[in-house]
Amino acid sequence: MSTSEKTIVSFILNDAPQTISVNPLRRFSDVLREDLGLTGTKVGCDAGDCGACTILIDGEQRYACLTAVGQLEGHNARTVEGLAESSNLTTLQQAFLDEGAAQCGICTPGMLMAAQSLLDQTANPTESQVLDAIGGVLCRCTGYTKIVQAVLKAGQTSSTEQTPPSGSAVGSRMVKVDGRKKLTGEEIFSADHAPEDSLWLRSIRSPHPRAKFTIAHPEKVLQKYPGMVKVLTADDVTGNNGFGIFPHIKDQPVLAKDHVRFRGEAVVALVGERESVESVSEEDLGLTWEPLEAIRGWDASLSGNLEPVQAEIPDNILAKGFLKKNDVEKGFSESFVVAEGSWTTSAVEHGYIEPEAGYARKVGQRLEIFVCTQAPYLDQTEVAQVLGLAAEQIRIIPSAVGGAFGGKLDISVQPLVALAAWILDRPVRCIYTRPESLASTTKRHPARMNAKAGCSRDGKLTAFEFHGDFNTGAYASWGPTVADRVPIHCTGPYFVPNVLSQTKALLTNETPSGAFRGFGTPQAAIACEALMDELAEKIGMDALDFRIKNALRKGDRTSTNQLLENSVGQVECLESLKSRWQKWRKEAAVFNQKATHIKRGVGCGSAWYGCGNTSLSNPSTIRVGINGKGKVTLYNGAMDIGQGSNTIMVQICADALGLPASQFEYVMGDTDLTADAGKTSASRQAFVSGKATQLSGEHLRAQIIHLAEATEPATLRIEQTEMSATEKLIVEDENGEHVIILADILPQPNGDVLTGEGTFDPPTTTLDENRQGSPYATYGFAAHLAEVEVDTLLGTTKVLRIAAAHDVGRTINPTQVEGQVHGGIAQGLGMALMEEYIQAVSENLHDYLMPTVGDMPEIEVILIEDPEPLGPYGAKGIGEHALIPTAPAILGAIKHATGVSIHHVPATPDRVFTALREAEK
Amino acid sequence: MFPYFRPDNLEDALAALDEHPRIMLAGGTDFFPARVGKSITDNVLDLTGIPQLRAIQQTVEGFQLGALTTWTDIVEAKLPPAFDGLKQAAKTIGGVQTQNAGTLCGNICNTSPAADSVPNLLALEAEVQLQSVRETRVLPLEEFILGNRKTAKKEDELISGIFIPHPAEKALGNFEKLGTRAYLVISIVMVGVVAELNGLDEILNLKIAIGACSPVAQRLRLLEQEAVGQKLNSIEILPKHLELLEPIDDIRASADYRKKVVPELIQRAIKGVLKS
Ligand SMILES: Cc1cc2nc3c(=O)[nH]c(=O)nc-3n(C[C@@H](O)[C@@H](O)[C@H](O)COP(=O)(O)OP(=O)(O)OC[C@H]3O[C@@H](n4cnc5c(N)ncnc54)[C@H](O)[C@@H]3O)c2cc1C
Ligand code: FES
Ligand code: FES
Repeated sequence: MSTSEKTIVSFILNDAPQTISVNPLRRFSDVLREDLGLTGTKVGCDAGDCGACTILIDGEQRYACLTAVGQLEGHNARTVEGLAESSNLTTLQQAFLDEGAAQCGICTPGMLMAAQSLLDQTANPTESQVLDAIGGVLCRCTGYTKIVQAVLKAGQTSSTEQTPPSGSAVGSRMVKVDGRKKLTGEEIFSADHAPEDSLWLRSIRSPHPRAKFTIAHPEKVLQKYPGMVKVLTADDVTGNNGFGIFPHIKDQPVLAKDHVRFRGEAVVALVGERESVESVSEEDLGLTWEPLEAIRGWDASLSGNLEPVQAEIPDNILAKGFLKKNDVEKGFSESFVVAEGSWTTSAVEHGYIEPEAGYARKVGQRLEIFVCTQAPYLDQTEVAQVLGLAAEQIRIIPSAVGGAFGGKLDISVQPLVALAAWILDRPVRCIYTRPESLASTTKRHPARMNAKAGCSRDGKLTAFEFHGDFNTGAYASWGPTVADRVPIHCTGPYFVPNVLSQTKALLTNETPSGAFRGFGTPQAAIACEALMDELAEKIGMDALDFRIKNALRKGDRTSTNQLLENSVGQVECLESLKSRWQKWRKEAAVFNQKATHIKRGVGCGSAWYGCGNTSLSNPSTIRVGINGKGKVTLYNGAMDIGQGSNTIMVQICADALGLPASQFEYVMGDTDLTADAGKTSASRQAFVSGKATQLSGEHLRAQIIHLAEATEPATLRIEQTEMSATEKLIVEDENGEHVIILADILPQPNGDVLTGEGTFDPPTTTLDENRQGSPYATYGFAAHLAEVEVDTLLGTTKVLRIAAAHDVGRTINPTQVEGQVHGGIAQGLGMALMEEYIQAVSENLHDYLMPTVGDMPEIEVILIEDPEPLGPYGAKGIGEHALIPTAPAILGAIKHATGVSIHHVPATPDRVFTALREAEK
Repeated sequence: MFPYFRPDNLEDALAALDEHPRIMLAGGTDFFPARVGKSITDNVLDLTGIPQLRAIQQTVEGFQLGALTTWTDIVEAKLPPAFDGLKQAAKTIGGVQTQNAGTLCGNICNTSPAADSVPNLLALEAEVQLQSVRETRVLPLEEFILGNRKTAKKEDELISGIFIPHPAEKALGNFEKLGTRAYLVISIVMVGVVAELNGLDEILNLKIAIGACSPVAQRLRLLEQEAVGQKLNSIEILPKHLELLEPIDDIRASADYRKKVVPELIQRAIKGVLKS
């Protein structure tokens, strides 16, 4: 075997000579990470498709994953660790920090290196040079806007880094509390760390969408490969071989038994030394498949022609959603005009650049699991039930998360590494390959929607009807949630007196569909907004005016009959876009008069989205403590998945407590150290955990005031001295200074001497049989304008600019909110124009296309602040709102440009071309 | 026998190939993506240690591109305007990282229908130089690529370079690539053109090839003949010109779409030579 042959390779690495003995054919990225301990270079694909591994070789940018380490002989390599001297940041890194150009940070090392290769040649590059230089690195979080700004600013200006003083953290552009380590390569993501003696785990997955299988002789591989330690199959699962996010639906096996229901389902987990684990083949195991005809798509799911996907669900209907408000029939009969249509959407991949990874190790009678996740507490109970252990026996230690967007709500590596580590009593790690991540983790539901809307002669909506089938794949995941949320949101942020909506989540033999930014609402918005355009056109009204006329306002009742009393900024969002709308439309008309085959158009889309779980309790608890040395720690169970909750929680707590944010440290998500702050989903963290954080800060402050025998208004400060044991917490009120000597207070086991705790559960009501009631405590609102250019002879679409108005209640950190909006737009653009996941076909990132930096339009973000009294300092969510209006606005713009409506997304060149030719007939 | 060999001269490389078949490694931009998640057990002959293979030279007969000529080398080289299409193609490959590593020789060896170097190399009438310990031979590119994943290379041969005869002095080159995103995009269809015009913008000589519409990129010889004497912007593309094309449906686009947009892309590619 060749792979164990080693040679000596000598090269310069970050200015220091290196001589290593190594298999020369190994990817340099792997050698950097696993042998040389330089995990700053990230791996997102091993195929040259993502750019996360970009390094410099002899000053040129290169993919480390496509470079054999043997090729380094005599060359000079630089990685992110070698960018800055000592602990300073370079001007480029500083610009990234100031601009908020790193969100999750997994793409950041590659971005920095690609940009640096340009800056080394050209100190003041043009924008197009910047785009060319970073065109080979994908970012899924930022929409690239702030990255491009940062590169353009590098070296031009001095740092604008802010450290907001006490009491003014909320609303400031404070840089990310975890920003620095994301720029130096020090941030530890899920694949960046595992105990030295870890075994590796690799799953064998089904190549068929549906099949029976047998494993004749798994034990033989233990003899053939000396490094193999264990072959895990379904029979080895010590607890319940089923998982799923709902307590009553644990339908997805950790390892399938006898029968697989989608391509990518795990059947065997190989555990052992890495090289052996990677070498085992299906033949070695005696694995044989008997492929069965698969159920694909909505029709096949409903037809009943084949055996149901899951025997317990004979009609393949996993869940149904429903909503009825008044009488749609009556509404339509009284309408002046009615518009209707059908739309379909494709499966969409989350596309986080960090594939799932982690390790587990047994510590006494407990298990520690280090993993990328959006929901550590869910993971804890899930792993416990799979292993048959008590939840307290499981500790989840979240890694930094390299993007998630809903895709890391479901478990991936967790039960596998946990099971192996538990059985073998050795640490076990697993890193998904990109094809594995694509094939086995959830997608956005493909939707088939029929919708109908009516309005009066003067343009008031009268009725709205929606029927949607959502292909949820082989297992439940979040299918029921999608079926439930869509009926509530499908009318868009408009007042409609009569509503009927029905949804189904359908089982098929496709990749499970789960949670993805918006839980089905982005799909439904495509139908809804197209109908708004059509109604406006039918009655001869301006499409934006039509939306303003119908937008929800304070005092209106939603389709669930919820009375909106506060924080309803939809009209302001739309109004703020009005002058641009008129100007852009005029400019497009002027352009089109002279244009031959290139046509421009401007479209609009709105969005609303309830923050938090639907009619369910979803509390967050946050704690904050001060220790005897004056260190303030925020114990924050809310997962930062790149969106920046680590930072805004510190900002909120700092102002609530009355100390500067710079004095805070934080712990994120560790189930031993933090309280349950729920999932990072449903745009709930800023609102729900943010409020809990505010309460925790206020709670601690109240105790301090009490202890100091001071009275409000007061100011707090901590005086840290050289000598320990005399740190003072000084409270100043109208009577002067009151001093608390922190070291004099008896500490708790974790060292804290004073602690505060806050819990917030947003108030909702249960919904009646017609789904009437108050499902959410608050809603975020948004509207986007998009201008596109369509090449009518080729069908290609380029988005030129987008203006995005968002009512966020109160902006905790403008840089981060803008970043969320930019990133949401990028994903919305991808969904509209290029993203389509097809089993077996797009299991890599060159066939699954996501927007690159060159695909992004110019973006303007307009923040509307209609404060939400329940939220922290008036804030509510933004995560999902950022994406929902983009695709409808782009499709509306294509319609405006060309006159053709696109009814299936993505609107790829061939689809647009076909629609154009059909319209000509 | 050693499974990985990175010689510093061509003779050793040829000798190693003579011993037993090996997979050549150059920029690795096709080699590694084909091996994601797999343990790599190939016998590899790594060519990147042979400095003499990385050179672009002008000779009396034409241009000699060494086997290790990268996309970036092409972009940066001083070459006559007939090469502009090849340069544009080079700039559309992946991102700069791929352009810095990937080689033209690797691209023609990979023989993907969507290999972006091929249309312009065909239009430039490139020849492939094959070498073994026993012989050196030269094949027109058209005779080298035999089909999807098939070449005329024998097991003991390597490509030592690509030769391009001097194009006519006034020849202009161009490239049109149609894809679904801005960077990191594989062609749905691409067109390479080398054209010679007179002062009236009439075609004196045209060479044109289409990629991603057949297993191997195709020269459109009938169109080339019939275009001579026509005005640059009034060339009619007729179905008979495109008979050799047999596009397929794939993830990037439908066959029907490819067929229908090819004439427009050809027009743009031909008219666009004046940009250069
Ligand atoms: C992100 C990305 C994007 C890409 N985009 C495009 C694109 O848009 N268009 C496009 O056409 N291509 C694209 N490619 C592929 C392109 O980079 C390759 O085809 C490249 O040119 C191959 O060259 P290489 O030196 O990297 O080959 P390697 O991967 O090193 O080798 C490829 C094959 O060629 C053989 N080979 C190489 N040199 C020789 C030689 N001298 N003699 C004999 N055999 C040899 C090898 O044995 C091997 O089988 C992309 C690749 C990546 C990773
Ligand atoms: S890991 Fe190298 S490009 Fe994705
Ligand atoms: S910040 Fe770029 S991928 Fe997350």
